[in-house]
Amino acid sequence: MKLTVNGVAHDVDADDDMPLLWVLRDLIGLTGTKYGCGEALCGACTVHLEGRAVRSCVTPMRRAAGHAVTTIEGLSAGGTHPLQRAWVELGVPQCGFCQAGQIMTAAALLAETPQPTDDDIDHALAGNLCRCGTYLRIRAAVRKAAGP
Amino acid sequence: MLGLAACAGRPPAAPVPPPGLPTAAPGQLLAPAQLAVIADRTARSQAMFVELGRVLTHPRCVNCHPPDDTPRQGEAGALHDPPVLRGADDRGIPALGCTTCHQDRNAELARIPGAPDWHLAPRTMVWLGKTPAEICVQLKDPARNGGRTLAQVADHLAHDAIVAWGWQPGADRAPVPGTQAQAAALVQAWIETGAACPAPPPAPSSSASSSAPSAPTPHASPVAPEVSR
Repeated sequence: MKLTVNGVAHDVDADDDMPLLWVLRDLIGLTGTKYGCGEALCGACTVHLEGRAVRSCVTPMRRAAGHAVTTIEGLSAGGTHPLQRAWVELGVPQCGFCQAGQIMTAAALLAETPQPTDDDIDHALAGNLCRCGTYLRIRAAVRKAAGP
Repeated sequence: MLGLAACAGRPPAAPVPPPGLPTAAPGQLLAPAQLAVIADRTARSQAMFVELGRVLTHPRCVNCHPPDDTPRQGEAGALHDPPVLRGADDRGIPALGCTTCHQDRNAELARIPGAPDWHLAPRTMVWLGKTPAEICVQLKDPARNGGRTLAQVADHLAHDAIVAWGWQPGADRAPVPGTQAQAAALVQAWIETGAACPAPPPAPSSSASSSAPSAPTPHASPVAPEVSR
């Protein structure tokens, strides 16, 4: 099955029902996207499918095949996306496990809503859990990345 | 109108069916022919809709016809978890759309329900907490049925993929009664018999006479039989 990940074309040997996350991590070797719950309940596995946030742990290959996928590794060259800069400047992560998913969801939000309110941020990221409780820093970083 | 029971997504309690009328087996729907014992055409039409109401008020249906911005889930109509919102197009909000998680079919291992174009019913189509009589009036109102004719309502019920999901909900979710074809037959028979709506619920009254046998409810009325589950 063919798909494009971070601008690179891949032809993978995968079943229709194989979760995109398995393909990204196990077949292509992009391990920045994390496995959290496997039930779309935590958001750790969030990637972009044609620019839209999806939970890759439950997104089957039959949906992703032929489309463009962006993972945390491909969000920017050298980690220069405004969200990634803000994440570093504000020291958002604690353990860091959920942060790739948090950033990918936030990036999808900013793509559609460049100047989000606090409510916009809270609602959009409501499905991304952080056991370390970094929610306030996440919101601040999204606001910072959005600019004044 | 939208009391606690309504918020829980439960239909009104099942009354005892009037004598002489058929009852459906658990999980089944009566066929239009089984309601032919009702001689009066309007009463028969009302009975058709009450039977169809067992589908329309089922949690698989009303959970995505809420009066607010939050879908419900489960048999008791719990608020959707994770917390999600309707959004401008009934398909979620930026970065958290319905299809962020829901696929074109059920994801059995993850227990996530799915069907093509998973989305909420529009705000105008509130069913959660409403009686079959109230839903009936809505279904006949183009302003509250998506601008459909009755024929289009019947077609929607008979063929829509998300409607079909109600009979194949996956995991441990209870399916709506009967089959989609049986529900389609009921709505078609309802239309052909005049698309009569069940009588509205009686207004609350402090008088003791309000419980007299001569005061029918939409479910206990001989023209609107409720059936066993």
